[in-house]
Order: sequence, then structure tokens, then C-alpha cells
Amino acid sequence: MGKKNLFSLLVLGIMVMILPLVISNPYYLSILIFVGIYSLITIGLSLLMGYAGQISLGQAAFFGIGAYTSGILSTKFSLSPWLALIIAIFVTGGIAFLIGTPALRLKGHYLAMATLAFGQIIFIILNEEIAYTGGPSGFGQIPYFKLGNFVFNSDFRYYYFVWSIVLVVLIFSLNLIHSRVGRALRSIHGSEIAANVLGVNTAKYKIQVFVLSAIYASIAGTLYAHFVTFLSPGTFSFSFSIALLTMVVIGGMDSIWGAIMGTALLTILLEFLRIFHDYDILIYGGVLLLIMIFLPEGVFKGLFNLIYKGNFPKNRLIKKSLESRR
Amino acid sequence: MRKKMRRGRIILGISFFLLILARVLASQILAGEDKPLKPYKVGAIFAITGAASWLGEPERNTVKMIEEEINALGGINGHPLKVIVEDTVGDETKAVMAVKKLIEKDKVLAIVGPSRSGTTLAVIPIVERAKIPLISCAAAEAIVAPVKPWVFKTPQKDSDAVVKIYEYMNKHQISKVAIITGTTGFGSEGRKQLKKLAPEFGITIVADETYGPKDTDMTAQLTRIKATDAQAVINWSIVPAQAIVVKNMRQLGMTIPLFQSHGFGNIKYAEMAGEAAEGLIFPAGRLLAVDTLPETHPQKEVLTRYKERYESKYGENVSTFGGHAWDALQLVILALRAVGPDRERIRVFIENVKGFVGTGGIFYYSPEDHTGLNKEAFEMLTVKKGKFVVLK
Amino acid sequence: MSLGNQLLQYLFTGITIGSIYGMVALGFNIIYNSTGIINLAQGEFVMLGGMITIFLTTVVKLPLFLSFFLSVLLVTLIGAIFERLAIHPLKSPSVITLIIITIAGSILFKGGAMFLWGKETFTLPSFSGEKPIFVLGAIILPQTLWILGIMGGVVLLLIFFFSFTRAGKAMKACAVNRRAANLVGINVKLMVLFSFALSAAIGAVAGIIITPIALMDYDRGTMLAIKGFCAAVLGGLGSNAGAVIAGFLIGITESLGAGFISSGYKDAIALVVLLAVLFFRPGGILGNKEHT
Repeated sequence: MGKKNLFSLLVLGIMVMILPLVISNPYYLSILIFVGIYSLITIGLSLLMGYAGQISLGQAAFFGIGAYTSGILSTKFSLSPWLALIIAIFVTGGIAFLIGTPALRLKGHYLAMATLAFGQIIFIILNEEIAYTGGPSGFGQIPYFKLGNFVFNSDFRYYYFVWSIVLVVLIFSLNLIHSRVGRALRSIHGSEIAANVLGVNTAKYKIQVFVLSAIYASIAGTLYAHFVTFLSPGTFSFSFSIALLTMVVIGGMDSIWGAIMGTALLTILLEFLRIFHDYDILIYGGVLLLIMIFLPEGVFKGLFNLIYKGNFPKNRLIKKSLESRR
Repeated sequence: MRKKMRRGRIILGISFFLLILARVLASQILAGEDKPLKPYKVGAIFAITGAASWLGEPERNTVKMIEEEINALGGINGHPLKVIVEDTVGDETKAVMAVKKLIEKDKVLAIVGPSRSGTTLAVIPIVERAKIPLISCAAAEAIVAPVKPWVFKTPQKDSDAVVKIYEYMNKHQISKVAIITGTTGFGSEGRKQLKKLAPEFGITIVADETYGPKDTDMTAQLTRIKATDAQAVINWSIVPAQAIVVKNMRQLGMTIPLFQSHGFGNIKYAEMAGEAAEGLIFPAGRLLAVDTLPETHPQKEVLTRYKERYESKYGENVSTFGGHAWDALQLVILALRAVGPDRERIRVFIENVKGFVGTGGIFYYSPEDHTGLNKEAFEMLTVKKGKFVVLK
Repeated sequence: MSLGNQLLQYLFTGITIGSIYGMVALGFNIIYNSTGIINLAQGEFVMLGGMITIFLTTVVKLPLFLSFFLSVLLVTLIGAIFERLAIHPLKSPSVITLIIITIAGSILFKGGAMFLWGKETFTLPSFSGEKPIFVLGAIILPQTLWILGIMGGVVLLLIFFFSFTRAGKAMKACAVNRRAANLVGINVKLMVLFSFALSAAIGAVAGIIITPIALMDYDRGTMLAIKGFCAAVLGGLGSNAGAVIAGFLIGITESLGAGFISSGYKDAIALVVLLAVLFFRPGGILGNKEHT
């Protein structure tokens, strides 16, 4: 993990600590909680898209599997949310492995459509298995996380809980990128054939990162379930997969920091632009289109350029993409 | 002696009246001298956009209309009414955020809505904890069963609609029915009630089919129903696709009677189904057939007034959904007028409302019943020459 | 109703639904053939075709026949403009970029339609009455015959276009090898524009002919696109005959599934078939071996 990342982590950590003291209104805090929860998913998606060069249009499904698994286990089977969280991780990871093994052999459009179809199937199951999921009307009374007698039932407490998990996941992911796995992933993004020839087991790495991104989404799902305490299928539909994709694209696909910033930007902006709700579907579409045509590396790249003027070109990935644009 | 007493009473009455007048005038003058009284803020969350927008739009229009009217008449005890409307897009996460905003940022006194059952169930934990009265415009029984102190609802109960249909069937010797329901919250709640209550009325469900909100053709499901010995079909849904069921059924040449739920209460659905809709039977609030209601009916005046004002203001037909919002906001206004800006007292007031004439029926709330309506709120309607009329 | 009658009815229902999927799949194929792009906005062309015709007949009050052609023309134009503004400016886009751009396009079309016509569901009168035709105890709607007839016509026109016209042959050449096509003097970029226009036109036709039986609203496109894509993949991406046959197969499977298994899981059937085909026979069950 380079100096730059350490510095950014420090800044983020301090910001996370201080923010609730500045803005104590629970409403604003709960916006930040959602930013944290969604960030978990987009960090995973950014690893998958930006670093491994694979696409997923079904990330909302993994989010949903995590949420429903832990929601059902803790509500209908009275399991502790902590245990439910762990089980949900294994369930989601397992499903991701099963679906990913054949799916990641596919490329480009085929992979996109396979993940989309998978997402739709999960959506249908959530609607149909009424005995467990409550069907289209959903189910509620999901318990809060508890630590002894300390219940995570206020926005203030949950905020710190969610963001500490985000920081842990972030550190883990940053380390991953700068490890052997990360280098292998980037070689896949560059040229899968070349990577293969050089002896990189591309299939293995791709599946690993796919499963990892699903696990991140699963954790996010569990956090969502025990915060909102109510689940229904609508939250996990195709359009949420698209929203997640937009967040990653805005931030710049090949940067984890970008993913977090894109998530924060879109979530906060749409919350404050409530008057535009009639048009937010148009905003999503327009923003996506414009960014892909004019700023394929994300809106924050310009910002990055300014801040890290000196050491910017050291980032091989961005340099590479700059070259390819020329 | 008696005369004297009466005179004494009259004098007492007059002086009391004058006293009140003086106080009102004084408060008016005082109010006129310094700032206008602080507005009473009421939150409203509806699915104004998104897939359930046909619920949220008339609801938003209705509360905006009421706000204007109340303020044009001088507000509530001199306080202007401010309705802060938020959009849930029919989405649980957005509904949760909207409620938090209304409570924490806008500091509203009560909340009207949400439109959908799912979003209502999602926000209940928040309003219960924050102790804010919530008057939902959604139908599901789970909202008020078990009773939660701070949560009320204005739409009629699903189970009452089912009871109304089953009673009609008992009267007409129908004992075997096929049900076909939409796979949305409304449809699956209805399916639950239909199956639960059937044995009580000696009715057997011989086929149980479903369809998705975006389905294009239901002949497969109906063919399966046609193969059974069902004497009637109940189509329970709130989405436009229910019109296709009506059409397909007639196209398949099925002549057994068709019953719809109160979710058919939108004249556009009847228009979409065209001729096929003629003669179908469904329970609904009286708003849809107000023209065919006798003059003496206690709801006639309220319904006619709401319908005329809404239709002249927005140039579109009233729907029962807007009516639910009308009832909800009027209840809050009634409470504010009586007890002022105090959340706990508003809650207690609504809980004890008796005989409030709304668009959905005549409401009798109690600590055990937060719906306030019984099956008498429903009238059996039918479609005649493309119009909803009361079934005789 | 006997089992035989039921089966026949499911078959007819399946053919009706399946012909819609087939039409959407044809649209996917045309663009894929000449560009290698899967246009995820294909379902929106279908929606636009239906919505514009409804607008022209009910608001502008044009006769149905005229609205039909005007609407196809307008959607064709929209398809061409979409290509010029969103696809053309890209230099050498990655697949992810193209997927996101076509998704963005589909969202924009959807949003635009919602903005213009609201969120209500609309319908069109059937082209020739709604009196069902009875065949051995099962029914066929006259509109189904229209759909089948028009689809047949479209397929014939496509065959003629790709085999006998200069533009068609040039597009086919692009499909075989874009570089080579470029070398022999075919304007590949122009062919891309053509293919978008053509597939928009076919989408629009599909949208118009299904509206009388399936109704139409701004949000219809996505599901139609997914089902159409299932048909395209099942038939072997790029094969037009395969697309039509696979469309029928999926439609019939769905209607049998709804009839005999579960109406709730009916939509999942096509998707499971899609996954199975992608995982085990990516070339499609009917189509070419060339894939990925």
C-alpha cells in the first residue's frame, strides 16, 4: 500500500471520526450510513470491473442474498445477527462460486447478460418463496446488532459500526491490489491471453475476485437488513444494479477511492435533489452516457490529477489507460 | 320562575359568546400586529414516481389541494397548514430516508402516507421510536395488526373486501372459485386473505394462479382455470395488467362471473378492458359510484364535494387512492384543530375519533382498532356501459 | 376442457408471446451482426414504437395505418440519432463501455417516455376486431395472426435485403469480417448507422403490433429486451432463423410452464434456459459454433 493510499486512508479515517460530531442530525447520519453500506458493494464492483475487467449486472442480487439470508435467519430462526452475518457470507460466497465458475468463462456481453439473468432469477425467487421471504410485501421486525447490552439501534451508533467495517474492507482491498493477486488481476485486464501465456491462472483469479465482490455485497446486505429492519424484493431489483454501476463509473472504474467517492456523490446528491425525483431516472441515464463518452475514467480523475500531480503517473493503471486514449 | 331561568341562560349564553368573540378578535388583532402564527407542519410521503405512481400522484394532488383550501380559509385556528411532500418512488430505502428527513429535519407533527404497504411496514419502526403519528394510505392488514400505538390507516381492510365478495357468493350459491392474483404486495396479501377466509364461508378454492405486473398474456393461467369446475373467478390485483385478465377471460369464452378486488377502483382499468369489463363485480368505496348513490346516504355530501373540487382542479378522474389521502389528512387537521401541535395528544385524539365521515367510509377508531372501518365501508359495484355503478 | 384442448391453448398462447420475443431477438441480431454490439436499448425501441403509435392515434388522431408507418419512421430516426450521438464518437471502445452506454441509452429513452407520456398504461384497438377464432376448442386472437403475418413479412424482407441489395450485402460483409469489409471499400461506420436504424425500425414494428394484446407503458422495454436476448442467444447470436424459432420455443415453454408448473416461476424459465445455454452451449442450440 503506497504512501498516497496511507495518507488518503488517514484522511478518510479522521473524516469518518469527526463527521458525526459536526452533523449530529440523525437524518444526515443515516444518509452517510447508506453511503457506507453502498460503498461496500461498489468497492467490490470496482475490483471486479476496474481491476479484473469483468462486468456484473447482478450485484444487487448478492446484496439481496446477504440481506435476506441474515434477515430470515435472525428473525424466523432467532439466530444472533453476528452468526447470521457469517452464514450469509458463506451462502453468498458459495452461490457466487457456483455461478461464477461457468459464467466467468464467458466474455463481455455474454457475461453481462448471464449476471443480469442471474439477478432476475434471484429477484423472482425473493418474490415467490413467500413462506420465507414474505413475497412481494416483504417482512420486518429484523433485530438490531447487539454487543452484550449495547444495541446498535441509533443512527449514531450504527454509523460508526458501518464505517469501521468499510474501513476494514477498504484496507483489505487496497492491500489486495498491491499484492500478487492484484498484479495478476491487472494483467487480466490488460490482456487475458498474454497473462495466460505468462502462466497466470486467470480463471482462478477472476473467480476469486468475483466471489470477493459478492461477499462484500453480502456484508452490505446484512448491514442493510439490520439497519432498516424491513426487507422486500423491490430494493434488490435490476435498477439497483444499474445504480451501483453508475456509482462506480462516476468515480472512475479503475479506482477503489473513485468507487467510494462516486457512491457518496450519487447517494448524497440524489438525497438532496429530492425535488428532481421525477427526473432521477433521466439524470442516471444522462450522467452515465456523458461520462462514458467524455470522461471514461470518471469525474474524479481531473481532481486526482491536481492533487497528486507529482506522483500521479506512477499509477501504472491510469497511465496505461491514458496511453490507450492517445 | 322558569322564564327567568331561561332568560338567565340566554344572558349567560350571550355573554359567553361575546367573551369568546372578544378573545378571538383580540387574538386576531394581536396576531395581525405581530407575525402570523407558526405554521403547523405535516409530512406526506407518497410513491409519486416509480411503478406505483398511480397511487402517489392523486394522493399528492389531494393533500396539496387540501393545504390550499385550508390556508385560504385562514388555516387551523389561525395557524397556516404546511404539508411537506416527499417522494418514496415506492422504494423502501427511499421511504425510510424520507421519513427520517420529515422527523429530524422538518420536525413535522404527523405524517400522512406512505402509499404502499411495503413502504409503510418499512417506516413503522422509525415512527414508533420517534413517537410520531403516522396515518398510512396503504391497505395491508399487517400495518395495524397487531395494533401499534402510533400507526393508523385509512383504506378499508382487505379481509373486509374478501368477506363482502364471499357473502355475495353465498347469497348466489357459488361455492367453488378460482383465484388469480398479481405478484405484488397487494396481490399476495389478497391471496392470503382469500385462502384464509374461504373455509368460513364454505367456499372451496379450486385453482390458485398468479401473474406478474409486467405479464403480457394470461391465457395460460386462465386455461388452467377453465379446465376446473370453478363457478366464479376472483382476480385480485392492483396493477394495470389485471385488465388483460378480464380481456383474456372473455376471449377464452369463459362465461362464469368475474369478481375483482377493490384494486380495480380506477376507471382507466375498466376502459382498458373495454367491453370485456361489462358486468364484472367488485367491492369498492363509494367514491367511484357517487353519482349512483342515493341523496340520503351520509357520505354523499363529502364524496360529491371532494370529487367536484378534485376534478375541476386537476382535470382528471378521482380515484379511491386520492380519497385515502383526503381521509388521512382531514383526520390530522381535525386533531390539530382540537388539541393543537402536540404529537401525543394528536395520537390520542385520532384513536378516539368516532363517526368521522370520510371518502372511504365512516370512521370509528379505538385503541383496539386503528383501521376505523368495517365491511360496511364497501359497496358492491359493477361496470355498466363503461361506468362504475352500484350493484342492485 | 380436455387436456388436448388445454395443450393446444398453451401452444397458441406460447406462439403469441414467442413471436414477440422473436421480433426483439431479430433486432439484437442485426446490430450484433454488423458491429458486435449487443444493444441493451433494443427493448426501448419496442416500447417507443408502441407509445408513439398510441400518441399518434389518440392525441393527433391519425388513422392507425398512417400512425403505424409514421411511428416506425420516427423510431428509425431515433435509432440513427442514438448511434450518431452515443456510439459514433467512441474511438475504440471496450465491451464494458459499450454495455454501459447502451444501458444509459435505454434509461434515457425510458425516462424520456415517462416524461412525455407519464406512467400510465395505454392500449391500442386490435387491427381487426377482438373476436377470437376457435380452432379445435382453443382460441386464437385475430391480432395474433397479424403478429405472425407481419413477423413473417419482416423475416422475408430481411432475407431479401441481406441477399439481394447492395447495402444488405455490405452489412453482411461487415458481419463476416469488419477489417476485410473496410479494405474492399465498404464504409463500415455507415453500416453501423444503418444497422441501428434498421433494428430500431424492427423494434418499433414489434412494439406496435403487440400493444393491442399486451398493453404498453414506459417501463416495458427491459423485460422484453431480456426475453428477446434469451431468444437471440438460444437461437445462436446472429442467426435470424434461429432467433425466430428460439422465440417460439421460449414462448411455448413459458406458457406450458405457467400452465403445468407455476405461473409465478414462468419468467424464471426463460432465464434458466438462457443460463444453461450460455454455460453449456454458448453457440446456441440451433445456431453457429462461433462464440465469445
